[in-house]
Order: sequence, then structure tokens, then C-alpha cells
Amino acid sequence: MTLNKSLLIPLVVFILLILLLALGFTLKDPHFLPSELIDKPFPEFSLSDLYSAKTRTREDVIGDIVLVNVWATWCPNCLIEHPELTRIAAHEGVTLVGVNYNDESAKARNWLRRHGDPYSFHIVDNDGRLAIDLGVYGAPETFVVDQQGVIRYRHVGPVTRDVWQRTLAPVIDLLGSGA
Amino acid sequence: MKSLLPLLIQLIISPIVSAAIDAYQFPNDELSVRYHKLIAELRCPQCLNTNIAGSDAMIAKGLRSETHRLLLDGKTDHEILDFMRDRYGDFILYNPRVTGGTAVLWFGPLLFVVIAMVILVSIVRRRRVLSKQEVDVEQLNALLGKRKGEQH
Repeated sequence: MTLNKSLLIPLVVFILLILLLALGFTLKDPHFLPSELIDKPFPEFSLSDLYSAKTRTREDVIGDIVLVNVWATWCPNCLIEHPELTRIAAHEGVTLVGVNYNDESAKARNWLRRHGDPYSFHIVDNDGRLAIDLGVYGAPETFVVDQQGVIRYRHVGPVTRDVWQRTLAPVIDLLGSGA
Repeated sequence: MKSLLPLLIQLIISPIVSAAIDAYQFPNDELSVRYHKLIAELRCPQCLNTNIAGSDAMIAKGLRSETHRLLLDGKTDHEILDFMRDRYGDFILYNPRVTGGTAVLWFGPLLFVVIAMVILVSIVRRRRVLSKQEVDVEQLNALLGKRKGEQH
């Protein structure tokens, strides 16, 4: 029996279409945006400190390998990641800097009193300008900033133990070894 | 059916009309027009497929205020779009620039047109060849000869 080959074309097209659509399911979170700021210097800023009248600038962030965590009291995932950030600051020898994003300072201080404050200091970013310079589109987001003040990694969403072990720790180890 | 048409058009354009309601002040209408054009062509990074004009997300609000500030600073439209692109990538531009990464968006459709043309041409050619073969030349000549004979 000879089969007209052109009859197979719709079937082939259909199978290719199914494969293409199946590929869509394997893609990551559609909310994920590749960061434009990787390997770029941490932006300049001049904002107040959460606890004092001191002005915080870029100079305060650079020097050591730093985790810059963008957080807010209105952000439920910030509360979820808080214990892990506390553990990292206490046991992993990493400096943690907070950017209090689109928040009220009184509320933020209250939140930290209740849940503990593992951060070295907090930058008050009430109008979200620094966050925009960082390309932040939601909280929490966490940036790894190297000794030269260059952003080397960005994590969107809560920092869990898994995130720490799989991405943040290896990145920090690599930077610490002088890579 | 005719009376439904205006309603349908209304439904289609209403998301554009119900844009942001923050009361930003501009010194002149030109800036205000540019502001509304810009926030309509910037995509909200937090929400999928909404421009920052039509979104209530915190980041959309922040970016609207930033657009307002940059306009008052005297920045050009191009500079403002560059500012956004530097922070949020091509994703934020509803009208993305032609780069290596966005080339597939720009030229992908063209590729499909070319493929369609190739298929079309090949079908037309095959038909032409078939129709030529189907004509029996001898029979045709015989017919023509018969006719000639009849006429003379």
C-alpha cells in the first residue's frame, strides 16, 4: 500500500506544535526577568539610616562581600525568609544590609524589634528610588555585592535554605576565593 | 448587531482609557502628552502583560513617578526608555529595540512569510507541470487536423 506522503504533513505539523507547547511548560516562572544589573556597579545613592540621622551612601555597602536584601513589612515572603537570613548573618559570616523598600520607618523598626534584626544596617528607601535603580520589581530581592561594589548575583523571592545552599553560598565562596 | 458595535469598541478601548489616576502636574500639555505615551509603552515588570499606565502594582506606581520626575528633569523620551531598559531589560519595552536577543521577535514573522511563500510557489509550480502533462498532444493534433479538414 502506498501512502500519499502529503497526507502526513498535517500530522507532522501537529506533533511539532505539541512539542513547542510542551516546551512552554518546562520554562521557568513567567515572572522571572533576567537582571540587567549583573556585573554592574551597585548604584549611587544617598538615603537615611533606619535608626539614626546618619546618611547612608554606596561607600557604606562596599568593602566586603555583602548580601543586600530588599524588604518591607508589607511583604509576607520577607517574614518567611527572615529566619534563614538571621541564620546566614549569624553563622555564615556574611554581612547583611537591608533596603527598607516603600515602607514606613516606624513600622519597620517595630517589625525588626518583634522578629529580630540580623542586618548590619538598613537603608531607608521610602519612595523606592534605590529599588528602581536596582531593577527591583517586588520584595524580597537579594543581591550579592562583591568587594569592589559590583553586583554579582540577584535572587528574586525568599531566601530559603535551599536557595542559600544551591546558589548564594557557591557564589559567595567563588567571590571569596578571589575569582 | 449594528447597535452592538459601539459597545464592543468601548469594551476594547476601555482598558486604555481607564489608565492611571495619579494626579501628576506638568508645566505644559506637551509633557503631559509625552508622559501618557511613555507610561503606555512601558510594560509593568511585576504583572504579566499590563503597561505601567494600567497597573496598580507598587512598582508600576514607582515607575510612573520616576517617569514624571525624568520628564520634569528635561530628559528626552529616548533617554527615559534607556533609563528603564538599563534597569529592567528589554522586557519593559513594549516596542523592543532590535538586538541579538530581540531579533527573533522582529524577524520571526518575516521568516514565516518566507516559508509560506516557498510553499505557495512550490504548489503553484507543481500544478502547472501537472496541467501540462495531462494534455494529450496527439489527441489535440488529431482534433485540430479534423477541424482543419472540415473547414477546407
